[in-house]
Amino acid sequence: MLFNSKKFAVAISLVVALLSGFGAMQAFGDDDRHERGERGEKHEGRGHERGEGKRFTATNATFQAECSSCHIAYPPNLLPASSWREMMGTLDKHFDTDASLDAATIAEILPFLEQNAASERKSAAGKPVLRITETGWFKHEHDEISPAVWKRDAIKSASNCMACHTAADKGDFEEDNIRIPK
Amino acid sequence: MLLDKYWLALSACTLLLAAPAFAETPQEILDGYTTQAKSADPAFSAFDATRGELFFKNTHGNDWSCASCHTQNPAGAGKHAKTDKPIEALAPSANAERFTDPKKVEKWFKRNCGDVLDRECTALEKGDVLTYLLTIK
Repeated sequence: MLFNSKKFAVAISLVVALLSGFGAMQAFGDDDRHERGERGEKHEGRGHERGEGKRFTATNATFQAECSSCHIAYPPNLLPASSWREMMGTLDKHFDTDASLDAATIAEILPFLEQNAASERKSAAGKPVLRITETGWFKHEHDEISPAVWKRDAIKSASNCMACHTAADKGDFEEDNIRIPK
Repeated sequence: MLLDKYWLALSACTLLLAAPAFAETPQEILDGYTTQAKSADPAFSAFDATRGELFFKNTHGNDWSCASCHTQNPAGAGKHAKTDKPIEALAPSANAERFTDPKKVEKWFKRNCGDVLDRECTALEKGDVLTYLLTIK
């Protein structure tokens, strides 16, 4: 009787684990399709209208925790997979900062980044672009922002999404939530 | 009755999943550094809060010190010297989560010592800094 109930508990735990894993995969798959579509349009020169929804919803707990310690967790679909591979392989020299992670953590994060990455684009030099701000997409989206605006104290750097995209940490880059500080 | 047992087992599983891995106290983490410091140097006697404070507030050849981001007052909030992202207080008296997860502690010592010293810190340095942080009330 005790043995049976133990067995049953193990079975229940397995079912719960499987179900939650399956649920996560399903949600993951949906996000993936949604975002590839959104980015795909931009790459092909369509869907550039200002004010259209820009919400990145793909999520992974390890990515979120590790990549938001020093800056916001930049949405994975802002760079192609080759860029993310290069980035994850050089974390000990991450934009002049040591952001090293152990191999097990990288093995959790990199597949998520790859699966939600932008379509492949290489820089003129043939090397993967590591700075989101150097992608053609970023430059185009921000072409109305003058150099003086980027230098404002409250902005400081183009990598500081949150300075203007007030809900960027939630993956929300919608026009309605932009406030450019004076 | 049978169902109760299943629920108990299920709750236990959930709790186990939710519990942070290897939670420790700052003192236990400090004890770990004591063991390491002794094996590195048999003459090691004790960590020193004043030495830890100097180590924390001074630069070590690079632009940044620990205090560049954690500020001269580790009981208060800091911000990342480059990205401006807020950093919660480092002193355990001000932030109970600090120095309770050995894996996290080692991850950040490795990174931040890389930035501040271009090398990993020794057990003596880590122990001194933690001793200093534990003196802050």
